[in-house]
Amino acid sequence: MKITPKEKLSNFCFIVPALVLFLVFSLYPILRTFQLSVFQWNGIDKDMIFVGLAQYKHILFNNPAFWKSMWNAGYVTILSLTLQNGLALLLALLVSRNIRGENVYRTIFFLPPVLSGVVVGLIWKFVFDGNFGVLNHFLGNIGLSQFQDFAWLSEIKTALSSVAVVHMWKGFGYGFIILLAGLQTIPIELYEAAEVDGADAWQQFKNITFPLLIPIFTIVSILTILGSMQIFDLIYSMTRGGPAGHTHVPITKIYEYMSNGEFGYSTAMAVIFGGVLLVVSFAQIYASKRFNYNNK
Amino acid sequence: MNIYKTKKTIVDTVTHIILIAVSATCLFPVFWMLSSSLKTQDQIFSKMTLLPETWNWSNYVTAFIKADFGQYFLNSVFYTVVGVFFVVFISSLAAYAFARLDFFGKNIFFYMLIATLLIPIPGVFVPLYLLLKSLGLLDSRLGLLLCYISNGLAFAIFLLKGFFDDLPKEIEEAALIDGCSRFGIYWRIALPLAKPALATIVIMNSLTIWNEFLLALVVLQDKAKMPIQRGLMVFQGTFITDYPLLMAGLTIATIPIVIVYLLMQKHIVKGIAAGALKG
Repeated sequence: MKITPKEKLSNFCFIVPALVLFLVFSLYPILRTFQLSVFQWNGIDKDMIFVGLAQYKHILFNNPAFWKSMWNAGYVTILSLTLQNGLALLLALLVSRNIRGENVYRTIFFLPPVLSGVVVGLIWKFVFDGNFGVLNHFLGNIGLSQFQDFAWLSEIKTALSSVAVVHMWKGFGYGFIILLAGLQTIPIELYEAAEVDGADAWQQFKNITFPLLIPIFTIVSILTILGSMQIFDLIYSMTRGGPAGHTHVPITKIYEYMSNGEFGYSTAMAVIFGGVLLVVSFAQIYASKRFNYNNK
Repeated sequence: MNIYKTKKTIVDTVTHIILIAVSATCLFPVFWMLSSSLKTQDQIFSKMTLLPETWNWSNYVTAFIKADFGQYFLNSVFYTVVGVFFVVFISSLAAYAFARLDFFGKNIFFYMLIATLLIPIPGVFVPLYLLLKSLGLLDSRLGLLLCYISNGLAFAIFLLKGFFDDLPKEIEEAALIDGCSRFGIYWRIALPLAKPALATIVIMNSLTIWNEFLLALVVLQDKAKMPIQRGLMVFQGTFITDYPLLMAGLTIATIPIVIVYLLMQKHIVKGIAAGALKG
């Protein structure tokens, strides 16, 4: 069918609202981030001072607090990758065994991921409270009275790990749902054939479940990395980066610099952090391509 | 055979013990929030019991009226309803065009859109803040809404385009010959057929907007305009030890989400799967 230029123009009208919003609120801010990152600017003055890559250099070589925040996010990420995803995999394997109450378990495990970060953070802040928190009360009841009045979120040694525990509590159900969906796409015939051939449960897991689950597990891992590195709501609602900066993560750092009016510096940090995430993201594209290929 | 059966029973029992233990860990903090929201402050400070000694429903009245949670709640309802409506309308228009129509620069726009879906952009709130400031939309409902709407577009367009691509073209061609306009076809034929995909988009965006915090933190200063997630932090900063009221506020912020979740679980799981396997 031939299309006249006039029709092309009226067709174009369909995407105008989406296009305008996209250009103004997505594309422009991205480009603006790069532009701002080479200027020193407090957001108020007319003059923006061009400083080239000086702010990048300062962040990379003279700002230990930034590296500390990267390490903190990395710490949460490593714990999530191992403990959280390990738990998610174990639970998905258990639930996929056609046990009774599968739907109930699934509903319960996916409850924490649908709650908001602020709500989860504030509930757990109350649970962790040194004096009135239910955690210390419980620990006292089982004979660990040394934790009486122990303020988990105000102690340098325990603050970050406590937040990480909450992050994993909130996140494992997400990986669980995706892994369970993946497990349920594995054809039952494969297991039946293996059973006929005399394969035991471990051999079935090793030779059927595990290899077929690798692509999905990769995707879950990448989503875990992206989600954990960009953690913000939980940190902000539980510790605000404290005590003494020990739970700062890159996003809280960027927010902090922005709040102090250092717009150029905060965007330079965003670009550096974005570069790190981009590497992970490319891995995601690669992994999902492989997954689609396996499906066909 | 009996040994086999016994073995299976043992394995099943161990499985259920593990699953129930994890379930209890998931549910307890939520239960604790509900229970604490009905206690008095004295009880929080003096005696730790699972259930409140007296059920203080008046905490909720106080939270709604005196602690501004009623206002925050209504604001959140407003942002969610209006935001989701525009995400659905704008994204379905664009997705239909990407799937069916020819126009200038079609492929470039589509790939740019998908790129923003795949490339993580941390800290984009900094230029957004400056943009809203220069547009005079800082600390305004419209400013926050525009951010929410544009945030939801890329994924919705991606999902809907896939859906429209799979619809048979014959009905639309017949309608075209009968003299129906392109907009008429989109409105009367394509959109009603896309209901399952639209439901997923509505649910996913409702959850995202209702739970959003960071943009609300950056954009808003005026308490009267704040959504509930932002309001909770304001309340917590002011009345740091008023736990019963805080827990009542948390419950108010959570109940709509839990209801939507329990009713629409299937769509949420579908949306998660689509999000995880995009690209």
